[in-house]
Amino acid sequence: MRRRNWQGTTLFLSIFAILGATLGLKFYSSAAQPALTSSLSVGTTGSGTGQSSAPSAAPSASSSAAPTPSSSAAPTSAPAASTASRTINGDTVQTRFGNVQVAVSFSGHTITKVDVLQVPQESGRDMEITSYSVPVLTQEVLSSQSAKIDSVSGATYTSEGYIQSVQSAIDKLG
Amino acid sequence: MRVLETVMGIPMSIDVRDDGDHRMILDDAFGEIRDADTTFSTYRPNSEISRLNRGELTLDSVSDDFRGVLETAERFSTVSGGTFTLRDSNGDWDLNGIVKGWAAQRAAELLVSRGLRDFCINAGGDVVAAGHPESGRPWMVGVRSPESAETMLAVFGLSDRCIATSGAYERGNHIVDGRTGREATGLASVSVIAADLTTADVLATIVYAMGEDGVGWAAERYDCGVLAVTDSGRLIDGGDARRWLANASGR
Repeated sequence: MRRRNWQGTTLFLSIFAILGATLGLKFYSSAAQPALTSSLSVGTTGSGTGQSSAPSAAPSASSSAAPTPSSSAAPTSAPAASTASRTINGDTVQTRFGNVQVAVSFSGHTITKVDVLQVPQESGRDMEITSYSVPVLTQEVLSSQSAKIDSVSGATYTSEGYIQSVQSAIDKLG
Repeated sequence: MRVLETVMGIPMSIDVRDDGDHRMILDDAFGEIRDADTTFSTYRPNSEISRLNRGELTLDSVSDDFRGVLETAERFSTVSGGTFTLRDSNGDWDLNGIVKGWAAQRAAELLVSRGLRDFCINAGGDVVAAGHPESGRPWMVGVRSPESAETMLAVFGLSDRCIATSGAYERGNHIVDGRTGREATGLASVSVIAADLTTADVLATIVYAMGEDGVGWAAERYDCGVLAVTDSGRLIDGGDARRWLANASGR
């Protein structure tokens, strides 16, 4: 059980690290926001570690009231300044697994940070569900679960919610 | 570099590891997927498929792309004894079961034709893993557990391979067995690994619709690997799926 719990946590973080598509990733806006397409630029690619640490802050962030960093920084910066720093809360997106909300920090139009404000808390349920299926998993499949992942097959509402919340923050940047 | 875009209402990403700035190429690749949506979306009144369903087009007057997808879909329908169906419950043409995989496969082919070798396309959970993310290792692609998006069922190390997963958790994924018209039962999740994403995507749908028998059915007919989970949580594999499983040591 100890091992399962650890794996679950690791994999959870991995999903957000990979599908989260935050720092170092380039966001093209969807067709509805053509103006943003060319102006959003990329952070440095060395940001993978900072990205994966973001979800770990989530439990404390979501248990207390979500902060509203956007209200402090936004009004003072001149809109035209390309280096203006702002933090914008994305919409809270309801998923099958619970609410997802992120806060995106921008320097100009460059995303510098994404903080997870809310994610579903499911680790207890995961353990229960996983424990019943473990005896029938072949050892090969079981051992593969601990590998570090680059991508995930199978649609996930949670990752969609995450991406939508990030997108909405980009949209609010205007 | 990595680009994220929402097409067909689905988040899609392309992660390119070839050196250089490839944003123009990536935009063209997304253009392939957007074009497919424009042609095949049953939600767009002006798509070819909607016009065909309204009788404004005939099968003789559809585009070459449309005809190509239709012919591929018909082959899968025939070989599966009608399990894979090209029409919805109203009898209208509905190619949504093949379009996402086909479009992402097209995008991958565009990237290759423009000289890219190391990239990973994720089209809402359908994945093309081309080349390597870094020297000496394949792309590590997790299959989400059917019970939880935060848990991996298995991890595959893939290079120049594609994987698609069908499960009841997917949005709008009410897979019907075309032979009976009834909703598929028996499997909680099916992943298929194949050399191209169209095949992987359609086979995942067919196996899911067939239930347990579908695993062997696909493995006997196609060069593929299948990993399925039954409703009771039992694992079944077929073809060369185990060959691609990541090792315990990772990487």
